[in-house]
Parts: sequence; C-alpha cells; structure tokens
Amino acid sequence: MTTAPPVLDVDALLDDPGTRIIVCCGSGGVGKTTTAAALGVRAAERGRDAVVLTVDPARRLAQSMGLSELDNNPRRIEVGGDGELHAMMLDMKRTFDEIVEAHSDPERARQILANPFYQSLSSSLSGTQEYMAMEKLGQLHRSGAWDLIIVDTPPSRNALDFLDAPERMGRFLDGRFMKILAAPAKSGGRLGVKVISAGFGMFTGVINKVLGVQLLRDVQTFVAAFDTMFGGFRERAEKTYRLLQTPGTAFLVVAAPEPDALREASYFVERLAQEGMPLAGLVVNRVHECEPSLSAARAQAAAENLEERGEHPLTSALLRMHTDRMQLAAREERLRARFTSAHPNVPVTAVPAQAEDVHDLEGLRRVGEDLSLGAAPAEPAA
Amino acid sequence: MVDQVSARDTDWDGVRLHVVTGKGGTGKTTVAAALALALAAGGRKVLLVEVEGRQGIAQLFDVPPLPYEERRVAVAPDGGDVYALAVDTEEALVEYLEMFYNLKRAGKAMSKLGVVDFVTTIAPGLRDVILTGKTSEAVRRRRKDGAFVYDAVVMDAPPTGRITKFLNVNDEVSGLAKVGPIRNHADTVMKVVRSPETAVHFVTLLEEMPVQETMDGIHDLGQVGLPVGGVFVNMEHAPLLPPEDLAAAALGELDTGEIVQGVKAAGLEGDAAEIAGVLAAEGTEHARRTALQAREKERLETVEQPRYALPLLPDGMDLAGLHELARALREQGAA
Repeated sequence: MTTAPPVLDVDALLDDPGTRIIVCCGSGGVGKTTTAAALGVRAAERGRDAVVLTVDPARRLAQSMGLSELDNNPRRIEVGGDGELHAMMLDMKRTFDEIVEAHSDPERARQILANPFYQSLSSSLSGTQEYMAMEKLGQLHRSGAWDLIIVDTPPSRNALDFLDAPERMGRFLDGRFMKILAAPAKSGGRLGVKVISAGFGMFTGVINKVLGVQLLRDVQTFVAAFDTMFGGFRERAEKTYRLLQTPGTAFLVVAAPEPDALREASYFVERLAQEGMPLAGLVVNRVHECEPSLSAARAQAAAENLEERGEHPLTSALLRMHTDRMQLAAREERLRARFTSAHPNVPVTAVPAQAEDVHDLEGLRRVGEDLSLGAAPAEPAA
Repeated sequence: MVDQVSARDTDWDGVRLHVVTGKGGTGKTTVAAALALALAAGGRKVLLVEVEGRQGIAQLFDVPPLPYEERRVAVAPDGGDVYALAVDTEEALVEYLEMFYNLKRAGKAMSKLGVVDFVTTIAPGLRDVILTGKTSEAVRRRRKDGAFVYDAVVMDAPPTGRITKFLNVNDEVSGLAKVGPIRNHADTVMKVVRSPETAVHFVTLLEEMPVQETMDGIHDLGQVGLPVGGVFVNMEHAPLLPPEDLAAAALGELDTGEIVQGVKAAGLEGDAAEIAGVLAAEGTEHARRTALQAREKERLETVEQPRYALPLLPDGMDLAGLHELARALREQGAA
C-alpha cells in the first residue's frame, strides 16, 4: 500500500503572482493542449493576464475558445472575470522569418529567406518546431505584456525533444561543422580550406558524396549569410533555457492513466530534476475514480445474484458495468501508485474521464474546475 | 470466416509493407504489433519496425530494450516468426554510409563534427529518408536463393499528423537536393512506398479528434498519391445496455425506482438510493459515450477503405491480449 501523493493545488499555482510561465509537457494524445487551454481560461477568470501558446494545429481547440482559427499573433478571447486571456498558435516558419528580418539588414534578410536550405530548415518539423517554440516563449516573456504564459509543448515523438532540440540546434549552428562549411566561403576558396586541416579534403569529399554538391553549396551560402546571427541565436536559446530554470517557471507533466504515458511522465520528471527545472506536478487526465460506496467485488456478486434469479435486468446490467469500471479504476490506481512510489514528492491532480470531447469554453471551464479539485486517489476497493 | 483464414485470402494480398499510423494515444504501436503477429501466423516471417525510438515494441512483447538489430520477439500461431527492429537514426545513417559509400571510418569522424546531428535532427527530411530507407531496404532484401527475407514488414510509423510528410520523402528533400545521392536514395525509397506493395493503415478510436485526423490523413495521402490501406477502429466499447435503456439513460431518464428495487433485491447492504444514483449516473455516461461512438462510426462510413474493429481488452494489454487482437484481425481478413 503506497501513501497518497501530495495534492497539486492548481489554483494556488495560478493565483501566485510569482508564477510567470507554465509549461505543459507529456507524450502525445494525453490532453496537453486541452489542459493548457483550460489553465488559461481558469487563470484569466481568476484575474491573471494570461496567454496560451499552443503548437497543436487542432482547429477544434481554436473553435472551443471561440475563434475561427489561431495564428502566430495572440488573439483575445472573451472569458469574463477580472483577467484577460489571449491565445496563439505557433507558426514556426513565420517565427523564424521574423527573427531573420529583425536581426539582419533587408538585403541579407532577403538572401536568407530565398535560400533553399533555409526554406527547408524553417518549415521542417524536426527540431525547428521545438526551437521556435522556445524562441516564441522568449519573445512573449520579453514583451512583458502578460503576467502568465502557458505553453503547450510540441507533439514530439519523444516528450524530451522539447528540452533537447534547441540545444542541439544551437550546438549545430555554432558547431565545427558549420564553421568548416562557412570557411571556404569566407576565406575565398581552396586556399582557406588547406589552412584548416589536412583531413579537410577527405571531409568535404565525404560531404560532397553524401549530401551532393548542390546541397552543400546551399548550406554554405546560407551559413555565410546567417553567420552574424549565430551568436544571437545561441544567446537567446541559452537565456530561454535559463528562464525555464527560474522559480517563476512551473512545469506540469501531463499524462493519461496508461502504462506508456505514465512511463514517459516518469522519464520527464527525472529529466527535469537533472536539468534543475522546477516541476509543479503531474496532471493525470481521463481518470476513472474508485467509487467508495460499491466495490467491484460486491457489484459483481450482486449482479450474479440478480442474473441467477433472472430479475431486474437493468440493475444487473448496470452492476456489471460498474464492476468493469471499478476494475479499470483499480488498474489505473495501480499505475498511478507505481508512479507515486517512484516519485513520492511529486504533487498530483486528476481530471475525470469525460463522456464527450471538450467543445467550448464551458467544457474548458469544467476541466479547469476538475484540475483545481485536486487528486486524492480513493482507497482501492478491498 | 474460418475458411477465409485458412485460405489466407486477405484484403491485403500482395502488400509487403504495412505502414501503421494513428493519432497519439490511439494504440498505433499495439495495432502494428498485432498486425505483425497476424501476418506471421502460419509460418511466415514478419519484421516489425519502430522508427520513433520509444521502445514501445519491447514493452509490448515484454523483452529487453531492442538494440539496432533485427531480433525475434514472438512466435505466431502455427510457427510464424515476428522479428523486431528499433531503428536508431544515427546508426542507420552510419550503416547507410558504409553500405553505399564504404565510409566506415568517415561515419565516426562525421559524428564528431556534428554531421550526424545535422542529418538526424536539423536537416529537414534527411532523417525521414534514413528511416524510410532502412525500412524499404528490409522490404526489398532477398536471400541467396532469391526469395524475400521477410514475407511482410510492418512499420510502427509517426502519428497521423506527420505521416504524409514522413512518407513523401521525395517532396521533403526536393528543396534540398534536386540531384545527387540523397535524391537518388529518396527516389528508391519512394518507389517502394508508392507501389501497390505498400499500404498505409490508420488506427483510430471512435472519438471526434482521432476520427477527424484519420479522415484528414486519408485525404492528404490520396492527394500525393500514396496508397491508403485500412482503418483500424481500436478499443471500441460494446454497448452494455439494451437499446431502450440506452435511449433513456442518454436522456438521464433511467427508472431510478426500479434500480433501487434491483439494488435491494440483489442484497446489497448500505444506502440503496445512493448506490442506485451512482449506477444511474454511470449508465448515463455510458449511454452518452455509446452515442458519441455511434456518431463517429457514422462519419467513418463515408470512408471507402476496409474497416476492422478491435475490441477493448478489459484487462489491459499484454502478450495474450496481442494474440487476441491478432486473431480478431485475421478473422476480419486484415491478415
């Protein structure tokens, strides 16, 4: 029997003026985006000026917040209450273009934007999305226009990509590979190449073979034009990374009561601790709660009793249904207990499974209420 | 039905690459594994490929994490074998370099210089070319006697939102490489993916978002001329009440007086009214979910692709459950 985890007090988190950034992370399909939106609605109703940054292109979410669609600019959403809510959807290409335009002269910006390698880089899904989510988060924070930013992390193949990709991209942009690629263009060709190292000939040979001459040339042109911006990129990425380590940030790990999702949640909790990033707690979505007044075993016995006598078919069907549900609840409870025994100090809140999808602000409000009700798990039925 | 199974007259005769996609949380890995088991039944050899580095296959089959190596993970009924491979992008890239360019040592040097980082995480599309390339190599691979090494390859692919981009590697690299080795490699991969030997299957739940993503995904694949396979409806809840009770429950109008009587007759101690209230509320929730399922099922009717139903396994997923799903797939002609 494990002890119950501490309860995650979502309202206290939202009400604390010191909470400036909430990052919702977790594996795909666990309800991250809905959680982020519900937190935004609740925060605004409780007086915060909040902005929700989502990367999930689900049109339904925009609709549920009363917008026909979301774009790269924060849109105001009418929620009532003392605060304000804005929401936006990350357009990674637009964000990347804006950075290029803001940090180089018009001629150079034009060159970069027209480069085929840049065009692929800025619209590809691997890495760039995570990087641009970090950039946007940094921008929103620097603008000072909101006192609470809620981020829904990209639907990565692996929940940890969100933390790794920016660093990888930074490492690449200022890494040796880029320097070597940039070298011939800067030093005027072969002469410069020879100076760098004896092994370089072999190296460019390999690159040429594998990537092809044309791609290599595009990359080199891109690097030459982009050169002056590298430092800035690296610096901003590091700043945002450090921002995520400050006490004003709260990570919420979102999961469903399923083995895979909770395993990912576990990894994420460990990783956040390693990186010194502040974890606020775990949100378990779509939970079936144990019903204390009637255990699975008693419901099953009662259903069998009625079935044997052929009486009250509706009640016996309902009792069977209840039996299944309590068994499911017990299984989910075991999975949650496993998480808690590995991470006994991580506060938890749970959102009960809904019969229907969240459709509108009303639905988001309900999720927000459930989030704030806390998570004391019922005692498993004996 | 049974005859169909023994004759192996399936909906996908001639398909050797089964790509399985689905929205996150729909059970795509489970369905891919069950399909691999179903295809292997009766003495065939099937490779199950994982491309997203989550080790979901190892978890499902209850084996240690898979290395970058084809390993047998399960035996199918009547002597078939399921092999599994977790493709590691970096290792696949190094292998690709060795295979096509004989660049064994260069791989290590490139790794140090950040070239591997470049290809696997930064350069758009290259990562996908490496992953689909490894998979299509397994599809084409032949033994010395000329027969294919694997009768079928099942790929646990990226989620629906990314699948078209992932498979349409030609398009992805076209901005990067109009000619050259990457382009040639992409062309070879594309030949396999576009051929009638490939089918892209969609896993969905009977819920609004997964169904919408499935329909969007089928549309997108069709637009770029990629072969759409079947729709696998996973974890369908069976209606547990007779139709007239379901209708009443959906409206919140179950006869609570009758339920209280039933609870008392069943000999349950405690507050019969309270228990009846809990049961009625659960009945209403069940009826609403059933109605939602029916609505989503109706939307799926507009899709022409063959549909397969996989039951919700009450005890969670394990190897026995996988075999049960594999049997269901065979009975319905999916394998």
